[in-house]
Amino acid sequence: MRTIDVKEITDAIKEMCIEANHFLTDDMAGALCKAKDTEEAPLGRMILEQLKENLDIAGQDMVPICQDTGMAVVFAEIGQDVHIEGGSLEDAINEGVRQGYTEGFLRKSVVNDPLLRVNTKDNTPAVIHYDIKPGDKIKLTVTPKGFGSENMSKIYMLKPADGEEGVVNAILSAVKDAGPNACPPMVLGVGIGGTFEKCALLAKQALLREAGAHSDIEWVRRMEEEVLEKINNTGIGPGGLGGTTTALAVNINTYPTHIAGLPVAVNICCHVNRHAVREL
Amino acid sequence: MEHHIKAPLLKEDIDNLKAGDMVYITGTIYVARDAAHKRMDELLKAGKELPMDLKDNIIYYMGPSPARDGRVIGSAGPTTASRMDKYTPQLLDLGLKGMIGKGKRSPEVKEAIIRNGCVYFAAVGGAGAILSKAIKKSEIVAYEDLGAEAILRLEVEEFPVIVVIDKTGEDLYITAAEKYAK
Repeated sequence: MRTIDVKEITDAIKEMCIEANHFLTDDMAGALCKAKDTEEAPLGRMILEQLKENLDIAGQDMVPICQDTGMAVVFAEIGQDVHIEGGSLEDAINEGVRQGYTEGFLRKSVVNDPLLRVNTKDNTPAVIHYDIKPGDKIKLTVTPKGFGSENMSKIYMLKPADGEEGVVNAILSAVKDAGPNACPPMVLGVGIGGTFEKCALLAKQALLREAGAHSDIEWVRRMEEEVLEKINNTGIGPGGLGGTTTALAVNINTYPTHIAGLPVAVNICCHVNRHAVREL
Repeated sequence: MEHHIKAPLLKEDIDNLKAGDMVYITGTIYVARDAAHKRMDELLKAGKELPMDLKDNIIYYMGPSPARDGRVIGSAGPTTASRMDKYTPQLLDLGLKGMIGKGKRSPEVKEAIIRNGCVYFAAVGGAGAILSKAIKKSEIVAYEDLGAEAILRLEVEEFPVIVVIDKTGEDLYITAAEKYAK
């Protein structure tokens, strides 16, 4: 049994909120750079150039990459041999978000109630997903999610008979509806299978995959490549202003499902697909 | 085409703008997003005055991140314009001439753009750090209690935008995507 103090968790979350909002991971920044060289539209290339420069300025001047510094989504994978002491884990995570967003000059975008809509002024609470794993470590992932793209995300409860074609069409339909609103070039996290809520979670987790990496499952890998090509043939382009770079990656996660169902969730993220990961 | 224009907008400048043109704006613009639009709508419904004069002005749909000490503003990129669609036609009918945001507009907004000879610009979404460099001054005009959603008056210099919907109603989001569709 290993003991971890909640203070350590709070500090890590705070630092990760600030880090994720100012620095894209190398794989995401690299994917954006690569797109700049292959984009066919002159205006599209100019926009991608501007986005690259934006990343440089964000890191150098410590100004957030995007003003929508998101709602903090936290994945907490807790080793079953870890004992957490000093307070509640949930409070520790929210305290980290509070400190990170306040001290890091990040925007407070969370309202206390979906209809009453009073800003909580410290960006709490976070959306926290817990998972119990073997071992004596804690793995924390902070992924601040902006709502320009979150708003364009969709879930479809397809019929088994809709098959592969139905799944591909569902993803394309979400992308076409999103168009310029989701700040393309986008990254798509797709969940296929499970139940209604499992499918949405699969999609969110798929956004965390390294850009350019593919599923180990042969048909999934093929679908990721085919759908990416189809999306980039829509013409939507960078900023939605026309071009051949509409998505940087399509990441699909799957899970067993019910004999009667074929759930498909499409979680859309903009090019600022932020996350920071730390193991304690 | 590339244009360097002043804000508030002049009719002859708007007349020269075509969907797809690059535009660099210098002058005074206002910032308002969801909650501020809702409040302005409530004021108009109650027959009251708005906190700023809309005539010939531009509204930038934006909610900045907080400024670090000694800086004018934080990250300051556009937010999705369609959430303001419900409130926009009446503002255009009252004299608002330009909007900066990102994303599609409703048919009602397009009709109001044509009816009033207005223009809808896009700034690049997710480029809030670089866009903040073109903002030289920022002050709160109203609704400080709304935090990032307060109405601001900005002084901008060569603020880079692209004409998406011009005064004829041509929509770059539709024409440009068709051009590159395979």
